[in-house]
Order: sequence, then structure tokens, then C-alpha cells
Amino acid sequence: MRWDWNAVREFMPYFWDGLRVTLQILALGSLISFALGLVWALLMRSPTRWVRWPVGVVTEFVRDTPLLVQLFFLFYVLPEWGLTFSASATGVFAIGLHYSTYTMQVYRAGIEAVPVGQWEAATALNLPVRRTWTAVILPQAVRRVVPALGNYVIAMLKDTPVLMVITVLEMLGQARLFSQQHYRFTEPLTVIGVAFVLVSYPASLLIRTLERRLVR
Amino acid sequence: MTSGLWELVLKGIWTTVQLLVLSALLAAFVSFAVGIARTHRLWIVRFLAGCYTEVFRGTSALVMIFWVFFVLPVAFGWQLVPLWAGTLALGLTYGAYGTEIVRGALNSVDPAQREGGVALSFTPWQRMRLILLPQAVPEMIPPFSNLLIELLKGTALVSVMGMGDLTFSANLVRLALQQSAQIYTYILLIYFVIAFALTRLMRGLEKRLKAGVGRAPEREVSARELKRPRTTGVGGRVA
Repeated sequence: MRWDWNAVREFMPYFWDGLRVTLQILALGSLISFALGLVWALLMRSPTRWVRWPVGVVTEFVRDTPLLVQLFFLFYVLPEWGLTFSASATGVFAIGLHYSTYTMQVYRAGIEAVPVGQWEAATALNLPVRRTWTAVILPQAVRRVVPALGNYVIAMLKDTPVLMVITVLEMLGQARLFSQQHYRFTEPLTVIGVAFVLVSYPASLLIRTLERRLVR
Repeated sequence: MTSGLWELVLKGIWTTVQLLVLSALLAAFVSFAVGIARTHRLWIVRFLAGCYTEVFRGTSALVMIFWVFFVLPVAFGWQLVPLWAGTLALGLTYGAYGTEIVRGALNSVDPAQREGGVALSFTPWQRMRLILLPQAVPEMIPPFSNLLIELLKGTALVSVMGMGDLTFSANLVRLALQQSAQIYTYILLIYFVIAFALTRLMRGLEKRLKAGVGRAPEREVSARELKRPRTTGVGGRVA
């Protein structure tokens, strides 16, 4: 085995580009998944089963099928239907949608963990439904679920390399590009492997701390 | 779609199932070996097992697959058959998630059970085999079931390396027919059916194992609560 530090040095500019793209995807994807997940969770509490049932089936379907195939679906099928988005926009949407089906479960657990007394108090104070949710239930529910949501952000980080297959140049995409140009596979792939551990391990420590502080 | 193309898809299903079974076996072996090592009394064993878990859980499955396919042959001269390379990468990655499940379940067995084993002068191995594992394994089944679904979704990644699995066959069909909506819908449905069958299978297994230690299986709702293995420490529910 020959380890070439020069190749590492040459790869670093590509690496920083890739890292920036990865973090952008992660940030936007998280936002989408947090918002959509909340929408799913609220829809699942709707009184009629004609809403609950379809939402339940669709989210279960999205959760149990590979992100990779969903990406292909969005990337190749949407243009056939006349909707054309850039590769990275498609990727961000796909990853956000995929993870929203996970965050939905987290929100649901958080909402169910709000004590019944809070609901009863809201009823007793004659609060309208909207205010019950925004001022009483959600602030308490969201606080509890922050660490669990953080876990999914880390999981999402580890799924961003999949976006490489639809030509998004995130970390793995850059590494592959560099490898093909210079015919050096060992260094770029090892560098990004280490980078993933270096980002996700401290992040998981941070979440463990948050868990201790926020969830009692 | 012509019958020739369906044959391609069937071959893809077969490869996916093979890969799923092999990497699930490797992942199960790794989970138990490393998970039990994480409860060892020597700190150095616990530390090494912890390093394994953090490294393989910290990195991305797709990066690991690239590494096994491209770096391993160059660096160590191990040119693996694609099926074994895929098994190795997936088994080691998802096995690392499994170690946390095993460790969490072992730690959640009532300490009095272990002490009882000590009082009866069982060897550590006898305690593990006769007392701890029979009580811990049924508790592991629901999280393992979720991990198995994640592994199934993970097998799609090997298609990036040109392995002829279900996803790869979908790409071939797309190129052949020049239209994608139909084939990708079928492929998504096939994955969903496999995932559904696996969940049923695991629920049956859980029922049998729990009957063996005189406990009822988890309610359906709570069993479905969180599908993804947690990234930080196991133990405790979300909220």
C-alpha cells in the first residue's frame, strides 16, 4: 500500500467544495424534513380516517423503500411529466421527503408525550384549536423531540453521498471525480470516510448532551 | 414491458435477496460479537469494540462500499467478488448499528439476574448463554426488524458499483424502454413488498421468542414507533 500525501493535498480544494455542498444539502434537507414531518404528524391526528389512512400508507411506503430508487424516480420521471428541476434541488427534495417520514414519527411521539392535563387546561380556558396547538402543545412537544430530530440530521448526513448518483457534486461525488481524473482512489475515499466520522461523532456527542439537558 | 425485461428484473430480485440474506447474517454475527464485547469487564475490550462501532456507524454506507470496491484491492490486494464485497461493506456498516441494539438489550436485563448467575457460580460464558441472552434476545427483535428494513434499503446502494441488483435492473429497463415512470413504480412496489414480508416475519419471530420467556409481544403501534436505529446511545424512548 502506498499512501501519497501529495494526492491528499491536491484533493483538499475539491474536498472543501464537496463539504460545502454536503452541508448545504444537509441544511436544506433538514428544513424540509422538519416542516413536512410536522405536516404529516398533524395530518395523522385529523379526525377523519379519509385523511389519516392515505397519509399513513404513503409515508410508510416512502419510509420502506430505498432513497436511491426514490431519487431515480424523481430525477427521471418528473422531467417526463414536464417538471424540470436541477439535480441538487431534486436531491434536496428527495432527501427531505424521505426523512420527513421519520421525523413524523418523532413529532408524533413528542405530541403524545404532552400530558393530557395540558389539553384539558386548553379546553377549560376555551382556547381556539389553533392557539391550543401553537401556544400550548407544540412548544412542549418540540422541546422534547429536538435530540431525536438531531439524530435524524446525522442519519441524513450519512445519506447525502447517495445524491452523487444524480450528478450532485457533494463529498463523494468530488472524490469520485478526483479519482477518475488522477487515478488515485485510496486517498480521496479515505479522506472523506474520515471526514464523515469526524463530523458525525462529535455531532452525536452534542446530541447526547442535548438529550440530557432538554429531556427530563 | 417484454418478458425478457421481466427476466432481468427477476434476476435483480434474486441478487438483492442473496445480498440481503448474506449481509444480514454477517451483520447479526458482528452485532452479537461486538455487542457482547462492549459489555466485557476489561476496559480495553470495551474500548476497542466501541471504536469499531463509532467508526463504522460514523461513516456513510455508500462511502464504505466505495472503499471496499476501490481501496481494498489497491491497498491490500484483496480483489473480492462483487457479491462478497457488497456483503462485507453492508454487513460491517449495519452490524455496527446492531452492536448498540445488543448492548442496550443486554444492559436492560435486570442486574439481579446476573447476580443470581454469579451466586450459582456460573462461568461468564454460561451466564451469557443461559441467563442473559435468552432474556435479552426477544427484546432485540423489534429494533433488529427496523435495522433489517434499513439494510434492505441499503442493498440498493450496490447498484452504484454496477452490481446487477433490483435497482440496477430498473436502470437497464429504463435505458431499454426510454421511459421511467412505469419501471420505477414497479421497483418501488417490489421493495415495499419485500419490506412488508420481512416485518411480518420478524413479528412472528418476536411472538415465538417472547412466548419462550413468558412475555407478550409489543403492541403494534409501539413496535412501529421508530424505524431507524438511533445514532446516539440506545435506551429510553424518544420523548
